[in-house]
Amino acid sequence: MTAEAPISLQANDFQLFDIPEQFKVDSALISQRWKALQAQTHPDNFVAADAATKRLAMQWSVRVNEAYQRLRLPISRGAYLSELRGAPINAEDNTAMPAAFLMQQMAWREALDDAQGDLSELEDLADQTRTLKGEWLSIAEQAFDRDGDTAVAVGAIRALMFIERFSKDVNQQIDALTDATNP
Amino acid sequence: MALLQISEPGQSPDPHQRRIAVGIDLGTTHSLVASVRNGVAECLPDTSGRVLLPSVVRYTGEGSGRTIGYDALSGEAADPANTIASVKRLMGRVRADVHNVDNLPYRVVDTAGMASVDTRAGEKSPVEISAEILATLRFRAEDSFDDDLFGAVITVPAYFDDAQRQATKDAAQLAGINVLRLINEPTAAAIAYGLDQHSEGLFAVYDLGGGTFDISILRLTEGVFEVLATGGDSALGGDDYDRALAHIALTQGLGAQAPTPEALSAEDKASLYAAARRCKEALSGDAVQSATLACPLEVGDLHIEITREAFAAATSALTQRTVQAVRRALRDAELENDGIEGVVMVGGSTRMPVVRDAVAKLFGKAPLTNLNPDEVVALGAAIQANQLAGNHSGDALLLLDVIPLSLGIETMGGLVERIVPRNSTIPTARAQDFTTFKDGQTALALHVVQGERDLVADCRSLARFELRGIPPMAAGVARIRVSFTVDADGMLQVDAVETGSGVKAHIDVKPSYGLSDDQIADMLRDSYATAEQDIQARAVVEARVDAQRMVLATQSALDADGDLLSSADRAHIDALMVQLKGVEHSNDAAYIEAQTKALADATEPFAAARMNRGITQALAGKNLNAV
Repeated sequence: MTAEAPISLQANDFQLFDIPEQFKVDSALISQRWKALQAQTHPDNFVAADAATKRLAMQWSVRVNEAYQRLRLPISRGAYLSELRGAPINAEDNTAMPAAFLMQQMAWREALDDAQGDLSELEDLADQTRTLKGEWLSIAEQAFDRDGDTAVAVGAIRALMFIERFSKDVNQQIDALTDATNP
Repeated sequence: MALLQISEPGQSPDPHQRRIAVGIDLGTTHSLVASVRNGVAECLPDTSGRVLLPSVVRYTGEGSGRTIGYDALSGEAADPANTIASVKRLMGRVRADVHNVDNLPYRVVDTAGMASVDTRAGEKSPVEISAEILATLRFRAEDSFDDDLFGAVITVPAYFDDAQRQATKDAAQLAGINVLRLINEPTAAAIAYGLDQHSEGLFAVYDLGGGTFDISILRLTEGVFEVLATGGDSALGGDDYDRALAHIALTQGLGAQAPTPEALSAEDKASLYAAARRCKEALSGDAVQSATLACPLEVGDLHIEITREAFAAATSALTQRTVQAVRRALRDAELENDGIEGVVMVGGSTRMPVVRDAVAKLFGKAPLTNLNPDEVVALGAAIQANQLAGNHSGDALLLLDVIPLSLGIETMGGLVERIVPRNSTIPTARAQDFTTFKDGQTALALHVVQGERDLVADCRSLARFELRGIPPMAAGVARIRVSFTVDADGMLQVDAVETGSGVKAHIDVKPSYGLSDDQIADMLRDSYATAEQDIQARAVVEARVDAQRMVLATQSALDADGDLLSSADRAHIDALMVQLKGVEHSNDAAYIEAQTKALADATEPFAAARMNRGITQALAGKNLNAV
């Protein structure tokens, strides 16, 4: 048996997609690679194959989807990259954040409570979170890809997780309101 | 005399290798079977030239015991209690879950696992009733090709949950059909539409059938159909519009003393709904402003005019439910309305102007209606079936579909911990760690649920199983990894393992609603579709087919990538192939199976090497054109 390709199911997401192991990625390339890999591994290609091949195809196809899901979004990609660099995020256990960031979070929560039912205030909040998200994304990119400062990068990913949760709550209220006003 | 077949250029050259594969749309109101012939997908007609088969089975108590399709439909008004229409609504459901159950003209009862219909021929499960419809379509296909069916792609509403999908697969098995894949109805429609129009970009498929509503948002690029989000309501369809119309017709026709449709006799109910459906269809005609709803009833004859406006007012709440589901799917896909290239309309109920107007208003553009909304799903399924069976040799199409509903586990306090979020691309596997609640706890009860709500009580229960034999530890020390695997049919398997001790438990999620293998075997024995076939003979035939399939699969793998093998490995595989071909005509099923397995085992490392080569080529961009 000549092993032509060294790629295994254990390869990390970046290796599997053959892209540089860094925070900044080319989304179009990831999506293109995902489709190319699925074109090879998807179980639909093996309906008439033997059971072993079917099982293998299923494992690979699942693995490709898993990697795509993780690489596609910056937060999961950042958390994964932190883990690869030996500094897991431990989002549940470790919520220590700078005091200034926590103060801002509290101010936002209060603003969200006050904005109940006011669409323009809610949309204003959504804009603010979008801006802040962009700032933290640049901090993460700088720390991961240029400074090699994993500690700063991990902090940035954690901040992004907070922001994501908050913006989800804001969007939920906006949705509820738009559903009610556009019956 | 049978004409000789000549294959199309680019199609499989050897007619004996061409496999008969069909797409089946098993609908609430009617069902269809389609196949790709001479490179074109077309619906197969019955001997009278009709492509639609009403999804109706009537248990007559005479002759063969039942009639199916138009014959059954014609007996509906006279014998409503034994004429089962819209059985799709009962699939994988218990009685309490069936929408409007008391309003059905036949009697629905609870039996083990699933609701059944109490007929003069006894209790019939929705799986058995659906199998009658599927078998009728299978025979239609086999008669059309004068050959056995290799397999079928069967469509299901995208919003069908695990239990409903399992019930559909069980019905196909009962009808003697090899299911190549279950695919979602809107996705099938997108295939038919996208290939027909050579479209690229973002598309919405709005599918309002007789009893179900689906919305899917897809991205089409170079033969790849990527589903971004899907949603809908598995208990909302054209039948509900009929009922809403029947309701206002009674009030308008009989005045304040009018009974509700629910209070009518079964016969009256059946004729009223049939009259309402005719009136609705008449109102869907071009430039029709009003239509007559006439029907004789025991409580007094109805004869009234229904205007378009009255119909729109009576049904606007139903249309709005679909609009809200569309909005949610768009949010899930993280898109804005204006990004949508086209909106494809599927299902007979999208002929209603009230529906078309609402969709046009929502998306800001007229929906696409150039393909027959009744046929488009079956045609797409046929195209996919043809490809899965290996008949297709042109550019491959790739379907990347998603699961419609989140899957999770019950945790303390009746809360749901989501493990696979909705709209995850399938196949997928996700795992999460859980722990014990009490000191010394040695077993863990796992309850698998499906749905978007936070409380278990608001979600659908799929299965319960137990992990036993956990070594006693302090509370919170055990690490139980629960893994969910969803295959390309959207079906779930769950595994649990205590990572310290390695104690394992596994379940294929079906016992809650699906049928056990024993039940299936019993039904197969009773089923007319297979009555002539002796179980033993069937086993031999299946073993032979598997052996042939294995030889063909191995040969095509060797032809493509034989250079990956050392000469010794190659010689070993060649020898096993010769051996397997030698026993192909044996009558000993076990012996054939053993030889098949020997070849399968020997080719396992070869399969792994081939997969690696494919992946390497994909990354090198060599195969990008084939994507």
